[in-house]
Amino acid sequence: MQITVNGKSVQTREGITVTELLVEQKVKTPEYVSVELNGEILDRETFPATVVPDGATVEFLYFMGGGAR
Amino acid sequence: MTLDNEQIERYSRQILLREVGGKGQEKLLASRVLLVGAGGLGSPAALYLAAAGVGTLGLIDGDRVDRTNLQRQIAHFTPDIGTPKVESAAAKLAALNPGVKIETYTEHATADNILEIAGRYDFVIDGTDNFSAKFLINDACYFAERPFSHAGILRFDGQLLTVLPGRTACYRCLFGGPPPAGAVPSCSQAGVLGSMAGVIGCLQATEALKCLLGAGELLTDRMLIFEALALRFREVKLRRNPRCPLCGENPTITTLVEADPVVCDLREARR
Repeated sequence: MQITVNGKSVQTREGITVTELLVEQKVKTPEYVSVELNGEILDRETFPATVVPDGATVEFLYFMGGGAR
Repeated sequence: MTLDNEQIERYSRQILLREVGGKGQEKLLASRVLLVGAGGLGSPAALYLAAAGVGTLGLIDGDRVDRTNLQRQIAHFTPDIGTPKVESAAAKLAALNPGVKIETYTEHATADNILEIAGRYDFVIDGTDNFSAKFLINDACYFAERPFSHAGILRFDGQLLTVLPGRTACYRCLFGGPPPAGAVPSCSQAGVLGSMAGVIGCLQATEALKCLLGAGELLTDRMLIFEALALRFREVKLRRNPRCPLCGENPTITTLVEADPVVCDLREARR
């Protein structure tokens, strides 16, 4: 199935969970990434049980510091 | 306040704008903006706000200028190495626009000082480099009811979000709380292209000016993601999180407390 991850079209398997998608997309520190699925910020505890639907829009939001030092 | 001839000349290019005009310029001159952090983001933001004639700028930063800062923190010059950043930045701002009042705080933002300081300003710019400070600013602006601009930069990427506390999605709506110390790379570990600070810091100044003028649409309930390598701006739509620990339906954060990274580590270890 086709989904959109961070603005890019991605081919993945049906039934994939958010946790599995984080691994498949090689996210380095999945425990510190916020995930928005079709416009909704997900609770971290729900990642393993949440299945990504066909055509979904997924955003991985990363902590980004930077600035003063 | 009425503009004198010198002010009319200095600000003529923005007075020409319908969204600014003489009235808007007077509004800017009567406005107060606080910059938390006088570094990569704070430097360009402060320079443009001073140039635009924002009447009072507050600078809070406890650091001194270091040689490694000069690659991106454009308010500081080589002879400033060793000088407190707020003094170094204040000197440049005063030279650029003597009509702007600069208030300096040579200290880091903490739970003890930031609420009171933020309350004295109309808009706050988060130009800090660490997550406990970013959450502290988010929370302080919520309790002080002050609009603010969040931003972060790393490597070739940047992110930006404007928050109207209690009305639009806040930093905690997205991220909950800070990561344990060292869990997420910082600019000093992972590097950053200097011009990223310029791009994102200038956008923060733009949001501050728009907010003060009441012009246009602020970057609220949407996060701007800037990817310099692809030279692409993306927008992620956001909405307030009902489970947000600060501004959600059942808040667990009811007073201003600074996150202690050690405590976060312990909490992680217990999981």
